[in-house]
Amino acid sequence: MSKSKIPYEVYTEEVEALSVLSPDGEIVNKDKVPNLSDDQLKELMYRMVFTRTWDERAINLGRQGRLGFYAPVSGQEATMVGSEFALDKNDFICPGYRDMPQLVWHGLPLYQAFLYSRGHQHGGQIPEGVNVLMPQIIIGAQVLHAMGIAMGYKLKKQQQVAITYTGDGGSSEGDFYEALNFAGVYKLPVIFFVQNNGYAITTPFSKQTAALSIAHKAVAAGIRGVKIDGMDVFAVISAVQEARERALKGEGATLIEAVTYRFRPHSLSDDTSKYRTKEEEGEWSEKDPIARLAKYLEKKGLWTEEDTARVKEEAKATVNEQIKKAEQTEKMTIPGLIDSMFETTPKHLEEQKADFQ
Amino acid sequence: MAQMNLKEAIRDAMRVELERDPSVLIFGEDVGNVGGVFRATEGLQKDFGEERVFDTPLAESAIGGMAVGLGIQGFRPIAEIQFVGFIFEALDQIVVQAARMRYRSGGRYNSPIVFRTPFGGGVKAAELHTDALEGLIAQTPGIKLVVPSNPYDAKGLMISAIRDNDPVFFMEHLNLYHAYREEVPEGEYTVEIGKAKVVREGSDVTIVSYGLMVHTAVKAAEELEKNGIKAEVIDLRTLVPLDIDTVIESVKKTNRAIIVQEAQKSAGIAAEVIAQINEKAILHLEAPVLRVAPPDTVYPFAQIEDQWLPSPATIIAGVNKVLEF
Repeated sequence: MSKSKIPYEVYTEEVEALSVLSPDGEIVNKDKVPNLSDDQLKELMYRMVFTRTWDERAINLGRQGRLGFYAPVSGQEATMVGSEFALDKNDFICPGYRDMPQLVWHGLPLYQAFLYSRGHQHGGQIPEGVNVLMPQIIIGAQVLHAMGIAMGYKLKKQQQVAITYTGDGGSSEGDFYEALNFAGVYKLPVIFFVQNNGYAITTPFSKQTAALSIAHKAVAAGIRGVKIDGMDVFAVISAVQEARERALKGEGATLIEAVTYRFRPHSLSDDTSKYRTKEEEGEWSEKDPIARLAKYLEKKGLWTEEDTARVKEEAKATVNEQIKKAEQTEKMTIPGLIDSMFETTPKHLEEQKADFQ
Repeated sequence: MAQMNLKEAIRDAMRVELERDPSVLIFGEDVGNVGGVFRATEGLQKDFGEERVFDTPLAESAIGGMAVGLGIQGFRPIAEIQFVGFIFEALDQIVVQAARMRYRSGGRYNSPIVFRTPFGGGVKAAELHTDALEGLIAQTPGIKLVVPSNPYDAKGLMISAIRDNDPVFFMEHLNLYHAYREEVPEGEYTVEIGKAKVVREGSDVTIVSYGLMVHTAVKAAEELEKNGIKAEVIDLRTLVPLDIDTVIESVKKTNRAIIVQEAQKSAGIAAEVIAQINEKAILHLEAPVLRVAPPDTVYPFAQIEDQWLPSPATIIAGVNKVLEF
């Protein structure tokens, strides 16, 4: 950081986003290439292709009325799949509403993701041993939960981290700042991962903040801030791994801003043509994180177009099977709902239950 | 047995539970070194260390959110919101996040949290330090609501609240913190959440209340007795779950009732109690059940708060109204 000309004026400069893999699939930053075996690289690619196919199928299922609320993820596979890939299985994930892929790759059965979308409680009934919360709708609340969970790890002296996701819009919430500040004060093992996809529903980033970047917001909280190319899965993995290692060494929290793009609308009910141009969409599609990794892997002889086709078929079959499982899951009942309010249902609720039996 | 005021009884409850259960934590603004602005947690950090009892930065939503995260991690947080009017800053974390955790996760996670906050008028405090905001909490599914009126109950209810696996909102009346002392057993005992108490027996009219207003109601009842009117006074103690059975039993005996609350008149606890009396005992009533409560204005500045709050005189006027109906 350069010194300001006025000694008492706080001053920062723009930062370059970390990039490791170019859109042509070339390594542009040798020092930051994550140390992954060939099998791990193939697994990473598998998960990204699977996630894209699942997203496409989910949109169709949504149109058929077989899913409820659904937030498309295409374009964000590098941030979602990559960041989860960099975690330990026992680390804790506190997601926002779009972050279903991280939950599924961390162990949430896919049919439960569909149940969540269909408005069924069982969607949030995370299996034992899977350290995730259900997706958050209030887009800053989970940032605080991750901070609290990280406080738990610190008090228990457990070598794990909590990671939380929100978007450029979520970074404007008061809860976001409160969480960063607490994490700084208590030096907590938490990673704040902001997927800046350029739009909070329809509001462009230029109207979200006058800060030089979201990553700059770490400065005020006294934690580490980094900005990365969110269409570059190697940059994502490298940044999360580094944040994780620092957290486990007791060096505290990191705010990662990943600059990314959602290829599709915010949800199934908004029209991107009202707020984005075809030209802009075209420019971003050239940065497609899946195509980028595919080029790299093809050059190494680890991936072919046939592999992509195979994974797509596998993903389609899995989605079909899992949506059926979701559809066949016993429906919620009002008495069951009433019983989920308290550990022991109080008398007045027992009385109210009787009206529905 | 020791003599304790309400504040000391609450502190003693927290001490007992900190000793008994290593997962109990206390945090909030200024609760550590100085023991809170009312000294409710005084000495606890010294005895249990900074990992168990600690100060937070000044941010209520983060206090609530940290409690939710720690609850998921298996801790039993006692989170202090320094003054009741500051709960608005934390309301999402209290009524949305903590209170819905069990429902949202289909029972996978819970929120074994106690949110403590002082409240209550008549002490000439600053704006937003005293408002009776229990109605906001009571309308939220999934959270329990406790308002003790005396030191014995306060300790027993606090121990129950800390041990409860659901979130409990615990409101401590400022005017009762130092009002008087009574004998409070040492060590552990519990008062069940969801049970009202008949604090004074009578046969002519039932006065239902909670918090400081129980004492105001008792004063009114003592005055009424001089005129030969025997009022039964009920202390609800817990507003969620509400022990309506104790109220109904009393109404069946007295056939008349008034509800006294410190909160503004409309859409509050008093309205709820009356609705339930109507549902369960309307044929036992000889007169409509009345509310004795402040008007639907903001809580006024200190100058006129004594006129604004219910008093023995306004309670007696209410009783006379239902008796003369």
